[in-house]
Amino acid sequence: MKKYIKIIKPLIALSLTLMMFSPVCAPAAASYESYEYSDYDWDRFRGKNMSVNVYNWGEYISVDDGEEDAFDTNKAFTELTGIRVNYSNFASNEEMYAKLKSGGSSYDIIIPSDYMIARMANENMLEKINFSNVPNFSYIAENFRNNAFDVTNEYSVPYMWGIMGIIYNKTLFDESDNPATWDILWNEKYAKDILMFSNSRDSFAISLFRLGYSVNTTDENELREAAAELSKQKLLIQAYVMDEIFDKMGGGEAALAPYYAGDAITMMEDNPDLEFVVPEEGTNVFIDAMCIPKGAKNKEAAEMYINFLCETRVALKNCEYIGYSTPHIAVYELLDDETKESISYPSEEALSKAQEYITLPSDTTRLLDSLWTELMSQTGKNPWLSPVLIVVSVTLIIFINVRRYRKKKTREL
Amino acid sequence: MKQTSKAAVPYIIWMSVFIVIPLFLIGVFAFTTTVTVDAAGNIIDPETLGYMDGAGIDRETGELTADESEEETDISWVTFPLTEKTIFTLDNIFAVSDYLPVLFLSIWLALIATAICLIISYPLSYMISRMNFQRQNIMLMLVMLPMWMNFLLRTYAWMTLLERNGWINKLLALIGLGPFEMINSQGAVVLGMVYNYLPFMILPLYSIMTKIDERTIESAQDLGAGALAVFGRVILPLSMPGIASGITMVFVPAVSTFIISRMLGGGTNMLIGDLIDLQFLGNAYNPNLGAAMSLVLMIFVLLCMSLTNQLDNEEMESVLL
Amino acid sequence: MKKITSRFYLALIFLFLYAPIAVLIVNSFNASKSRTVWTGFTLDWYRKLLTNETIINSLGNTLLVAAVASTVATLIGTAAAIGIYNMKKIPRSIVLNITYLPILNPEIVTGVSLMLLFVAVKMEFGFTTLILSHITFCVPYVILNVLPKLRQMNRNLYDAAMDLGCNPTSAFFKAVLPEIMPGIVTGFLMALTYSIDDFIISYFTYGATSQTLSITIFSMTRRKVSPEVNALSAIIFAVVLAILLVMNLRDAKLRKNTRRVSGERI
Repeated sequence: MKKYIKIIKPLIALSLTLMMFSPVCAPAAASYESYEYSDYDWDRFRGKNMSVNVYNWGEYISVDDGEEDAFDTNKAFTELTGIRVNYSNFASNEEMYAKLKSGGSSYDIIIPSDYMIARMANENMLEKINFSNVPNFSYIAENFRNNAFDVTNEYSVPYMWGIMGIIYNKTLFDESDNPATWDILWNEKYAKDILMFSNSRDSFAISLFRLGYSVNTTDENELREAAAELSKQKLLIQAYVMDEIFDKMGGGEAALAPYYAGDAITMMEDNPDLEFVVPEEGTNVFIDAMCIPKGAKNKEAAEMYINFLCETRVALKNCEYIGYSTPHIAVYELLDDETKESISYPSEEALSKAQEYITLPSDTTRLLDSLWTELMSQTGKNPWLSPVLIVVSVTLIIFINVRRYRKKKTREL
Repeated sequence: MKQTSKAAVPYIIWMSVFIVIPLFLIGVFAFTTTVTVDAAGNIIDPETLGYMDGAGIDRETGELTADESEEETDISWVTFPLTEKTIFTLDNIFAVSDYLPVLFLSIWLALIATAICLIISYPLSYMISRMNFQRQNIMLMLVMLPMWMNFLLRTYAWMTLLERNGWINKLLALIGLGPFEMINSQGAVVLGMVYNYLPFMILPLYSIMTKIDERTIESAQDLGAGALAVFGRVILPLSMPGIASGITMVFVPAVSTFIISRMLGGGTNMLIGDLIDLQFLGNAYNPNLGAAMSLVLMIFVLLCMSLTNQLDNEEMESVLL
Repeated sequence: MKKITSRFYLALIFLFLYAPIAVLIVNSFNASKSRTVWTGFTLDWYRKLLTNETIINSLGNTLLVAAVASTVATLIGTAAAIGIYNMKKIPRSIVLNITYLPILNPEIVTGVSLMLLFVAVKMEFGFTTLILSHITFCVPYVILNVLPKLRQMNRNLYDAAMDLGCNPTSAFFKAVLPEIMPGIVTGFLMALTYSIDDFIISYFTYGATSQTLSITIFSMTRRKVSPEVNALSAIIFAVVLAILLVMNLRDAKLRKNTRRVSGERI
């Protein structure tokens, strides 16, 4: 009855033998100061009082953080083109989707992940990109084009990719335990020391990996089983977080948390006690790509912004700043060996076990949403709740009536 | 001056557009849902058409727009174009029942917070109201001053204080205590509510207590009333309207808060406000369910309001609720 | 003994009220970006605040929205109060009941309902939606401050002014307005304060181009609040404290003078 087409690209393709790309493509970009932007009509909107509204993940672009070679992407774009950038953040794909779906918003560029791009394209929420305005698309590695979520590659330009894993704090972690398994997030030893994703897709994926099911399952029983496991886990969870994790893991508030490799690098720079591992059961590999939502006002300017983010200098700066893995050939060439061997570029073995999210059928999405809401709204049992509520309301009613009665009496007197 | 009642016309128009119609819309959303229908009016689950992952079907014509579909579904019974239609349903309202425990938890925590606010503020307001005029002003100013700081920042500052490696635990460690688990608990959420809404309790209590004449208290004492009797028979009844409005002003924002619980409760203690936010701008997009929840919350709050209004029918005489 | 207890009680409450503020101010001078580790004194964050475009822009947006919203709300609200005051009993109680709704209703419901309205009429979220919704929740505060002043006013004042040769307009401006002015000013200030401080309603009605300070701070609290925001809030705190102190001192002086003048006669 239900038809469900699975198009998972052979994952090994993702394990990118990026090293095989010829260095010919890489322009000489040794010194940033002398860097010249590629030949492109950057100036055509100058003086027209234009602006683009960018909606991106938190901590997902290079900003001026006061460091010596800091690069403020949006400022640089405005300087180069004269187009102002209104920049705002979302914390999860689902949140971004809700904001756009509810209507009335006016973003020109969004950067969702794979499965969300497919969903939005299906729901007619994305504009087709005019690739003649994005010549820098040529830098995007072959195996990042025509992805499963955008087979004909009309809607998206890959920005970053990465995998999910577990971050743990060595000082709070018992060395005899194996951190490289999702099961560790269910270990009672670390009760109230575990952080968990506050978005449904990632949380369910972890539970499904642990149970050995596909992350893209549409089987209701499997999903319910995953939900039941998550609700068991809830008792051990300190907090459900997205971007809050930077603060909490950085400050040593929690021992364990699942998160994305790129952000793990940022956190490990802040707090040397942190380590990142990829669980044995397999993990999620994702691509975040730049898209233009339907109704964007300045589509051409948006394409210019996308092209700008694919400029080698800009992409390199962003890549260095946020620590995610790049699909940009020239940038990859410029990375030092240390980065190429870091957790951002996982081993083929890890990648071979990784799964992509694909868009779920809408009834599965609905089920997932409602299971998630149920999970979130589960509260610890409090036996005092109802008796106290009853007592309070009864006292209130008695009190009011006594008062009324008294007043009536005084009036009669 | 009869003609001047026309001065309210712009306001009445404004009010209808921006208060009445929006609330009506909540009702509409709460009782409807959106479905996909084909040209013949049959309700269709878009998934049965199988247009996943690029292997799509054009909603207007029914043509396949991608060629990677592995299996064909029989869609001959569907007539195109597909359109979206809003239909009446009670499902959302029924679905809210599943989330009643969240509503109860919100009420429970808000009640505790309100009670704590009342217990803290009552003696404080009384003390302030008995000071000389100059000092009363300074005290009130000191109470109001924190309100000028952004409430998100104040709550965030509490995170800094309560965390495992936070200021309080660091201080306690100096005298060899702790560390204590304070943040990410219901207690922390209640603390956040008390902190943010305490001035809303102090102000009405204070303003009613300044109206209590010192001579009334003195004459009660002269008539032989003990401290307890003075309190129970004079001060408490006279301050009732202040208590009522204080309770309302603390309870309503506390029961519907959605950010304090997220910041101090760690997302594990979800309140009804969070649940509503989750449906509109959060991770589980379902505005119809969100509207139903808002409707239930609103009716509950207005009901509470009419209850507390019974306590002070002097203050808001013109309000029927 | 009693005095000591009450002093202690007061001290405890003020400790509770000011502890988070102290955290903000101390951290605005902290050289480290971490909130819990003190590494040394610095004024850097204050310097950086001036060049932080995100914060400065959203501060500007906040002030712009608050100024426009509270001015419009004051105009509409004052007119409405006068109108309501002169209404017959039943229409008056209907209008008043609806006026109380945005105050009594949970803010999140007001926010959501306005969001649904703007979506329904296909309005794009931005300054317009933000200002419209701010006016909506500000007007009731103006009305509720002006109405009592109208009730206190002598009803014959207006007629007397008319008898003395004023036309309705000048009678209003010369006789009525001065009487209700204190109420209008308080209403305006309340509207301004609520608008600046608002987060929940803005959260549901802001757009890509109109992030207010609350919204910016909100997206920061989800990862790390930059110390520049601490610096900004320390400045706001100092400014408000100064304003309140000046007002208080002036009040005290005024009272002293009036007491001196009228003192002997009483």
